[in-house]
Amino acid sequence: MSTHFDYLDHLEAQAIHILREVAGQFERPALLFSGGKDSITLVHLALKAFRPGKLPFPLVHIDTGHNFPEVIRYRDELAARFGERLIVRHVEDTIRRQGLKDATGKFPSRNALQTYTLLEVIEEFEFDACIGGARRDEEKARAKERIFSVRDEFGQWDPKRQRPELWDIYNGSIRKGENVRVFPISNWTELDVWSYIQQENIALPEIYFSHRRNCVVTPAGQLLAITEHINLEPEDEIAVRDVRFRTVGDATCTAAVESPATTVDDIIQEILIAKISERGATRLDDRLSEAAMEDRKKNGYF
Amino acid sequence: MNILKFITAGSVDDGKSTLIGRLLYDSNAVSHDILETLERQSRNKADGELDLSLLTDGLRAEREQGITIDVAYKYFSTTRRKFIIADAPGHVQYTRNMVTGASNADLAIILVDARQGVVEQTHRHSLVASLMGIPQIVLAVNKLDLLDYSEEHFYKIAAAYQELAEKLKLRNITFIPISALAGDNVVQPSANMPWYLGPTLLEHLETVEIEPEAASDAPRFQVQYVIRPKSNEWHDYRGYAGSLRSGSFRRGDRVLVLPAGIETEIVAIEVNQVQVEEAFAPQPLVLHLAHDIDISRGDTIARFDAQPIVSRDLEATLCWMNERPLRPGDRLLLRQHAATVKAIVKSIEYRIDVHTFEHLSDDKLELNDIGLVRLKTAQPLVFDAYKQNRHSGGFILVNENTYDTVAAGMLEEATELEPG
Ligand SMILES: Nc1nc2c(ncn2[C@@H]2O[C@H](COP(=O)(O)OP(=O)(O)O)[C@@H](O)[C@H]2O)c(=O)[nH]1
Repeated sequence: MSTHFDYLDHLEAQAIHILREVAGQFERPALLFSGGKDSITLVHLALKAFRPGKLPFPLVHIDTGHNFPEVIRYRDELAARFGERLIVRHVEDTIRRQGLKDATGKFPSRNALQTYTLLEVIEEFEFDACIGGARRDEEKARAKERIFSVRDEFGQWDPKRQRPELWDIYNGSIRKGENVRVFPISNWTELDVWSYIQQENIALPEIYFSHRRNCVVTPAGQLLAITEHINLEPEDEIAVRDVRFRTVGDATCTAAVESPATTVDDIIQEILIAKISERGATRLDDRLSEAAMEDRKKNGYF
Repeated sequence: MNILKFITAGSVDDGKSTLIGRLLYDSNAVSHDILETLERQSRNKADGELDLSLLTDGLRAEREQGITIDVAYKYFSTTRRKFIIADAPGHVQYTRNMVTGASNADLAIILVDARQGVVEQTHRHSLVASLMGIPQIVLAVNKLDLLDYSEEHFYKIAAAYQELAEKLKLRNITFIPISALAGDNVVQPSANMPWYLGPTLLEHLETVEIEPEAASDAPRFQVQYVIRPKSNEWHDYRGYAGSLRSGSFRRGDRVLVLPAGIETEIVAIEVNQVQVEEAFAPQPLVLHLAHDIDISRGDTIARFDAQPIVSRDLEATLCWMNERPLRPGDRLLLRQHAATVKAIVKSIEYRIDVHTFEHLSDDKLELNDIGLVRLKTAQPLVFDAYKQNRHSGGFILVNENTYDTVAAGMLEEATELEPG
């Protein structure tokens, strides 16, 4: 009798259960696909939940225009390989349409601007639920977010108005104009995601693995990829390093880590040894303030 | 390796945040950058010591008010287990948070301050643990450093708690003397308490037996979603997707589709698109049935020889979670996983005094009240008594207007179907 289940089996079972609840409870759900390992894991789980049927939701990518080309290629190949619908909307267009001020500075990050495009796409397609790959271990504000997180018409999250979430009963009932963000891998840690990717043999964009790259070294010692989007200055320290990325966000603010890891196994070994939590190591803008994430969430960020 | 989900409960200042901080810190679950932040924040505080309780402090509103007001989840793991902590605050008003955290917990750590022993709040926390059916309890007697690590004090408190536990029929209680601040018996054994021979808290958490969902329970399965590809390749495919909540199914099992009561047979079970002979909780499955029956989301598929209760007349213990009190005659939506039915409150049988456990008669349930109610539903509900099966005996009540979740409910054995 195979009644023994590993912790990854439990995490997988919970995620599939949540994805099927989304399909059962909502009229027009969407899966927010960033091209990062967490949303790739979500797609993998969704295929397990709904095959041989089609996914009951499209994949939606909010393209900052600052993405790594490897990630865009991966995204398009993935949608084609599984024959699923991909919707791409560009922050660039939102900036133009709404007359917003583009990000400026040396490392102009469009992370905050993504919110506007997301709200636009929600309105355009009348999405009532958006599935995202956020995890509670990413930082403190997320630790309290529900798996079904209700947002008002402005996409805002009110920590005081969260619904209690009991057992694994998910209340997705909403009023007109509201929508729900759903986080099926809330209870996974970074290491869990990597272990699952290893177990399931999930392919990832190349930038997750060690490669040689021209980087600029920030005063704090972080390595940023040199792309057309950052504004180099003559005194900047440039270095050629063997690096990998731990997240694949906006290329202007996603720092690389020096690493020889070329396989998932190598990466897991590195994570087990190094205990620097993911967001702390790689997101410049989160360092600005401890309350940064909380503020962005309240404003409708993923 | 498996997962242990646990909850911590204690009154304000009993040391709950310090204890969780200690567990995370001593088991190396805290990363460098978070430690840096912690050191910086601790320096802003008056005494300058590393304040481990900051590790569990979440939102800004709470930081400003200086209290935790919601359930936060924390993760750590050792080589033996992955742990999920639901940190429910101890503030007097927040029974609802503990109920929320407790609903998914395999174990509860109930914390008392050794100087005060068993207090009113301990009664409340233990009542919730009992009602929510948490299988394992740890009574952690904290701050023993302030009492010279006295064995006598510890046993006195343990004895007082044992009495309380008997009233509530709580089973599987483990008593552990600790100092969360100094670290005694949390992760490291204590040199200060040579008289204590039991495991440290972490050792206990790593080794305590938790019952697998599959164990001996009757199989329970609700349809979440019907998979119908309608493609050429899968023209006639019709699969019922859902999770097995308890027990196991075998191909060939004679089953009933409920509440309709139609008999059929499982002709195929798929797990991840592979056909299997047998499936076990908590696996997500796709079932295929022998007959072409009208089945939709929320329907239950149960084995013929292990049937659940089907009734419109319900008796349930409620924890009321909304500012607006519940009264007889109120109409609500009852959500039991994939099944949603309209319900009306027939009567409030009694409210439970959370400190004395007395049954008081009342005509309403207010925020954080716990009581027994009778409900009538528009369509029959398929369920088990919560005491028999935590998966099929729990439900939530939802306000028809705001759609807020306003109560957690635990079903009792069905009462006779009355006319009307
Ligand atoms: N002496 C001593 N003090 C403790 C112990 N545990 C917690 N405290 C202190 O008790 C106070 C309240 O602790 P905290 O963890 O914030 O309590 P909470 O309100 O239950 O989260 C703080 O000043 C802690 O330093 C302990 O084991 N011994």
